[in-house]
Amino acid sequence: MSGYALGIRLAPWLAIALLSLPVISGLAGVIAPAFGWLPALGGDMLTLAHWQALWQAPGLARMVQLSYTTGLISAALSLTIVALFLGAFMQTRLFTAVRRLLSPLLAVPHAAAAIGLAFLLSPSGLLSRSLSPWLTGWQYPPDILFPGDPHGFALIAGLVIKEIPFLLLMSLAALPQCQANERLHVARALGYGPLTAFLKAVLPGLYPLLRLPVYAVIAFASSTVDVALILGPTTPPPLAVAVLRWLNDPDLAMRFMASAGALLQLLVTLAALASWWLIERLIHWSTTGWLANGRRRSADRLLGGIALGAISVALLLMLSSLLGLTLWSLAAYWPFPQALPQPLTLRNWMDATGGLGDPLSQAAVIGIAATLLSLVLVVGALEAETLNECPTRPWAQLVLYLPLLVPPVAFLFGLVMLQAQFGVKPGLTVVVFSHAVFVLPYVFLSLVESYRRLDPRWARLARSLGASPARVFWRVRLPMLCAPLLTAAAVGFAVSIGQYLPTLLLGAGRVSTITTEAVNLASGGDRRLAAVYALLQLALPALGFALALGLPRLLFRHRSGLLTSA
Amino acid sequence: MPLFYRLRGLSVALLTGAALIAAPPAQAYQLDDWHSVVEEAEGQTVYWNAWGGDARINAYIDWVGERMQARHGIEVVHVKVNDIAQSVSRVLAEKAAGNLTEGTIDLLWINGENFAAMKRNDLLYGPWAERLPNFPLTAPDANPEMRNDFSVPVEGLESPWGKAQLTFYYDSARVESPPRTLPELLAWAKANPGRFTYPLIPDFLGSTFLKQALLSLTKDSAPLYEPVSAANFAKVTAPLWDYLDALHPHLWRSGESFPNSGPDMRQLMGDGQLSLAFTFSPLGPAAWVADYQLPPTTRSYVLENGTLGNVHFVAAPFNASHKAAALVLANFLLSPRAQARKQDIDVWGDPTVLAMDALSEEQRQAFDSLEDNPAALPPDALERTLAEPHPSWVGRLEGAWLKRYGAD
Repeated sequence: MSGYALGIRLAPWLAIALLSLPVISGLAGVIAPAFGWLPALGGDMLTLAHWQALWQAPGLARMVQLSYTTGLISAALSLTIVALFLGAFMQTRLFTAVRRLLSPLLAVPHAAAAIGLAFLLSPSGLLSRSLSPWLTGWQYPPDILFPGDPHGFALIAGLVIKEIPFLLLMSLAALPQCQANERLHVARALGYGPLTAFLKAVLPGLYPLLRLPVYAVIAFASSTVDVALILGPTTPPPLAVAVLRWLNDPDLAMRFMASAGALLQLLVTLAALASWWLIERLIHWSTTGWLANGRRRSADRLLGGIALGAISVALLLMLSSLLGLTLWSLAAYWPFPQALPQPLTLRNWMDATGGLGDPLSQAAVIGIAATLLSLVLVVGALEAETLNECPTRPWAQLVLYLPLLVPPVAFLFGLVMLQAQFGVKPGLTVVVFSHAVFVLPYVFLSLVESYRRLDPRWARLARSLGASPARVFWRVRLPMLCAPLLTAAAVGFAVSIGQYLPTLLLGAGRVSTITTEAVNLASGGDRRLAAVYALLQLALPALGFALALGLPRLLFRHRSGLLTSA
Repeated sequence: MPLFYRLRGLSVALLTGAALIAAPPAQAYQLDDWHSVVEEAEGQTVYWNAWGGDARINAYIDWVGERMQARHGIEVVHVKVNDIAQSVSRVLAEKAAGNLTEGTIDLLWINGENFAAMKRNDLLYGPWAERLPNFPLTAPDANPEMRNDFSVPVEGLESPWGKAQLTFYYDSARVESPPRTLPELLAWAKANPGRFTYPLIPDFLGSTFLKQALLSLTKDSAPLYEPVSAANFAKVTAPLWDYLDALHPHLWRSGESFPNSGPDMRQLMGDGQLSLAFTFSPLGPAAWVADYQLPPTTRSYVLENGTLGNVHFVAAPFNASHKAAALVLANFLLSPRAQARKQDIDVWGDPTVLAMDALSEEQRQAFDSLEDNPAALPPDALERTLAEPHPSWVGRLEGAWLKRYGAD
């Protein structure tokens, strides 16, 4: 049997095994304590008492509501902005410019973006400094409740500026697959305005390709801890933050209630996803008439203007956050209202970069290994699916998404137990596998729709010319899918670089990456060092995204047909 | 999906099958015979889980590692964590999975509630701490806090490492005379709205503020040193809630939001949002000025009737793989040389647990080099120390606080 045939036979099962064992034991590690079962802590009776304790946690309803609305609103806002922007500017020079900015923006870790945003907009932030005291008269920062406002606006803003680049990237990979340019040309030829043409002719084909990434955005936003800690409200916080606090409570008996809380978080995320699905149906049903009413323009100018405004603000916020991080990394003592740090110093960089070789190379090695593993398994599974012409079963898909749905803090406890149970030594290998658990779903969702929608007639054509299935795969399908494959790899690599808890817990702290160093130092509150590490941390994924966006142009410079949507 | 169910069954079995197996294997060393411990320790690697948030502390631990390698042939690996709860989690998971002898953590930096919880759940190895050759240098009979961690008897399960005391600091460019009692603090906050706050409960520094306020405001502090269940909680804590009700409207962001932790609060001081704050690290403010984190005009002090102080310790998990090396490390941490270096403000600035009169003249001299630093606390201030209440109070106080203020 050839390597290809063996590969596609095994890959789906290996992928399921890689995810299901950790996820199921991870879930068991939450479900059992939630119902009172954890003999190591004296819990040897099934009980609902911990759920009752959870119901009585002060502010629970508000925590649930915050998580739910944050998830839905941030996804809706990011998607709307991305769709309008694509529609209004897809074939313009502005679009090309924004595209160039994508790789650095995507590479910024969520927490670093949040720190940057907080520093920009807080009462002592860059914005307020640049207006003080000459305009505002402030000698000391004013006492304004932002970020951290009780409605979570700052939190939503932080998530939106991070998710816009992600959804844009996903769209870039998906546009060629839904023949966006062809659809657009036809609609424009029929006299539709640019935005209307996009909304009526392209978006209905594009959205299905974006659905899973959007679901991932909802799942992430409704369960985020790191962004919420920096930008979110505190009294009470969103549910995921509260769950983390309960799990980390020195009183080990809190673990029971924390586990119930983690399950509740899972339900909240599922509820947000279900609501989104309902809204999707509703929009689908209610816009059918509009899609076919034949009107050539619908407020193109206005909506285009809004899109331009929104995307500019989002990009500006992101870039200023990066600027803020850079300034802090060069600052000595930098009091309010100085707009720029004086004097600039390289001390923070010198202090930090001494022992950095290992953490950077470890992170790169783990990231590459986990991404390659995930990529091989995902491509194998998708190829098997294409060849057998039967889609992956729904239960298998659920297994794929579980790592995105279960709050990692909760699920990792079970994973560590599994590791201890089987006597697996903590170290690089087990860390790579644990990263793959989180990387694989992202690789899958980045790739799946592009893979499935690749026109099957290409393969048939090649087969009719005498190519074997393996040859079709290597010579036709892989090259045609190069752009989405590289994008998926870059996303996977960035996800791996961002992992803190799996690295710490499964490596027993013995594997140190740039991220574990960064998170540890961030807890010490020295913003200068934290800024240096955040910038170093984003260097690796930035390289990955730059390669993913640049390589296809280099490889296919003589085959520009493979580079649509440019 | 029979496979799914079988796997879940297996995992539940993993959860339940724990903790039944017992009895660690015989040790190759005798605690009475320190020489045998040192011998056994040679060539071992100690995995020391300690908070890794401070570059100065990390550098000190690196130095300790170098010394241990040179003196005892022991490799020290600083396993950096951002919250020691994650290490406690790991010990717990190992116990639950039946790993009773080959734990991945050899030494933990803990105290207070974490210690109490680990002790209660039999997650610690010991007793061993009083067998360390350097332990008598702490003069435990004269310093009961070496044997009582937040009033929980240590019973040799952890070895003292350093001292902390609640220390206030302010920006002298903005504050002429800082408040020195709790009632003064309330008046000060009213006059300077939005310039003081405390970390969000249940952060340990935030909880410390609650305990400090309660100790200062209550007439009879005796019940606070007994388990909370024995006390009339509502009656004892009534003055605290009255006080906080009056204070909160004048806090930073009108008490509607709180910084997440002590370090977050320090950032707010550095940004000028606050002009008065506090820390558990008595020499911290001076160190942070040197690190450009706080204004050069920062000054430190403690409250008039003293502030809460405690000792932080190192402990070994029950299933540590390299107990001998962990003990040798703990003993080195108690040596005059390591303690003097730790107290040096240019290194870390963490006060020693050694009793000066238990040291020789020569050993003592190493501690005398503390220069005058305007941002540092005067040395005699540390004498006004209040003991930590019984740890069971923390949970109740936190719960009551969250109910009152945590869910507006």
